[in-house]
Amino acid sequence: MIRKPLRPLASILHARNAGENPDQIERANVRERHEEMRNKGRARAEGRLLIMGVLFAGAFLTVGARMAVVSTSEATEPRTSYAGSRIQAERADIVDRKGRILATNLETHSIYAHPHEMIDPAVAAQRLAEIFPDLDAAKLEHRFTDGRKFYWVKKKISPEQKQAVHDIGEPGLLFGRREMRLYPNGRLAAHILGGASFGEEDVHDAELVGVAGVEKFFDDALRDPANGDKALTLSIDLTVQTAAERVLWGGMKLMNAKGASSVLMDAHTGEIVSMVSLPDFDPNNRPNAPVQGQAADSPLFNRAVQGLYELGSTFKIFTAAQSMELGLANPETKINTAGPLRWGKFKIRDFRNYGAQLTLTKVIVKSSNIGTARMAQVIGAARQQDFLKQLGFFEPTSVELVEASGAQPLLPKNWSELSTMTISYGHGMSASPLHLAAGYAAIANGGTKVVPTILKQDSVVQGPRVMTVASAEASRLMLRKVVSEGTASFGEVPGYAVGGKTGTADKPLENGRGYYEDKVIATFAAMFPAHDPKYVLILSLDEPVETSGDEPRRTAGWTAVPVAAEMITRVAPLLGLRPEVEPAPLAGITLTSN
Amino acid sequence: MRMVLFILAAGMVIGLSVWAYQENYRTQAMIGETERLQREIGVSRARLAVLKAEWAYLNRPDRLRDLTEINYNDMQLLPLRPDQFGRIEQVAFPSNDAPITFENAVEVSSEEAKP
Repeated sequence: MIRKPLRPLASILHARNAGENPDQIERANVRERHEEMRNKGRARAEGRLLIMGVLFAGAFLTVGARMAVVSTSEATEPRTSYAGSRIQAERADIVDRKGRILATNLETHSIYAHPHEMIDPAVAAQRLAEIFPDLDAAKLEHRFTDGRKFYWVKKKISPEQKQAVHDIGEPGLLFGRREMRLYPNGRLAAHILGGASFGEEDVHDAELVGVAGVEKFFDDALRDPANGDKALTLSIDLTVQTAAERVLWGGMKLMNAKGASSVLMDAHTGEIVSMVSLPDFDPNNRPNAPVQGQAADSPLFNRAVQGLYELGSTFKIFTAAQSMELGLANPETKINTAGPLRWGKFKIRDFRNYGAQLTLTKVIVKSSNIGTARMAQVIGAARQQDFLKQLGFFEPTSVELVEASGAQPLLPKNWSELSTMTISYGHGMSASPLHLAAGYAAIANGGTKVVPTILKQDSVVQGPRVMTVASAEASRLMLRKVVSEGTASFGEVPGYAVGGKTGTADKPLENGRGYYEDKVIATFAAMFPAHDPKYVLILSLDEPVETSGDEPRRTAGWTAVPVAAEMITRVAPLLGLRPEVEPAPLAGITLTSN
Repeated sequence: MRMVLFILAAGMVIGLSVWAYQENYRTQAMIGETERLQREIGVSRARLAVLKAEWAYLNRPDRLRDLTEINYNDMQLLPLRPDQFGRIEQVAFPSNDAPITFENAVEVSSEEAKP
């Protein structure tokens, strides 16, 4: 390129002759050249911008087109990965603590009809009614001919039924794949498992949704495809649960009770080994929730978790433990039991008159309301509340069942001195048997709080301490004496050193004013073996009557205790506890709280 | 010299393309095989799930209890009681008689594969 000179000689000479300044020519030329350079640079930059723009537009278009393709095309499994092979298990299994199946899935089919594709609706309806006796031929035919395009005939059918429907040869009857939740053990642990039903469904598939119990509590985890091959392991033991249900059912019938519940809990880990509530139901065919009558009478009601009852004298041991914990008494301290104890217009009586005074141990062994109430007066409302709160009686249990969060213990609104006195022997506040089990487990394991759980635990997590080892130990000795020489003498099981406390609470009237004369809840709260408790058992019967004597007996000692003893006899060997001789108490040494 | 290089290069291209062709087909075959195996695994898993469910159903405590009651005369099975715990010293040494023989034993391990 030939550049234009800045000082062209001709122009300069010409300017000199004209007497002008030649530098002006140079400046003008410099300016011209700069303008030229600027124009060129701009053109180049614009070109580059254009190329970049095209490149970016191309990239974005590619990404957009790819997204459109991905979103509109049918998803395919990666063909060579391991995960692709897991086509089953839409919902994870539930197994007991030894890996035995409690809930699993089974592939079945559903039948639906496309009436407009049907050749002979009348015959099809007739044949279907023959295969499924619960269907009505006339109704089916009406459904097939009233102009609709789609009709669900049956949600779940067996392979034999499917073959039979195939054999009808009707092109308008079609099958859809269904995964069905199966509880192979039937009624066993029904309240714990809950049940499942179909959520969203279409002709190809339906999702299984938990409706109660652990099925609902762990619904998301069970449905998570990542957990498809990992079973949910509960702390329940199938054989123990069976034995407990069997014994409790027999006991309920024998004692003419209308309902019963039991909780068997590991005292150290809080694992619920067995939990029964009767009457029960079959989770494979879960009944509908009752629309009339009391919810608590429905078989769906889990008495052990949802049932809030005044637990009666079983509470006394907490008062005794606390007074020993606070140093207010030791097992030999004499307590004034002269009665009746008057508080305003309210009178506290004992089942029998136990004389002017009893030792603390005897107060528990004889189950004296007056003695316990007097101790509670000394303890005071604030400290009592504090202690019960530590034991977990103020909030719903955190057990992993959906029903548990609704079971908020019923506490007095105004915790007066009278409330303190009545609550000391288990009246005036209501809690579930599971709360009681957790409370007793704290005494059984040497004084640390226990959180009940339905999942198998790998290790013992020691909770916060609620009482000293010495207080817990002394309380256990008292509970042992209740069985060996007190109100629960029927609870003696040779070799297992049962310790426990009976509780007979009058049922409150439905209108909330006072109590029934002849309806009670009999509860037996036990731990075994008392010298080194491994398990806590709470057993309660609803409205039991024992009629072998001259007059009907309703106290827990006559009703709940024998059933609990039979249950321990059956269950303890299954738990691997070998009967052993109880270590004799050391003579001359009295264990007291410090 | 140049000619030799050309021929070598052309030969390499041909050789590599034959190799790539073969690899391609082997990969496809392998993918097909994997898919077949995965289908098989899926079917086996489904069958296993059904068998497990069936096993659990046949072993349900209600049924076992009824069976022990029905067969009480032959088997005399009763629930485990605490007094059945023994000590190792109480177990007698085995006698030197012949081992137990089963009569009319039925081979069931191959039954399941039959249609």
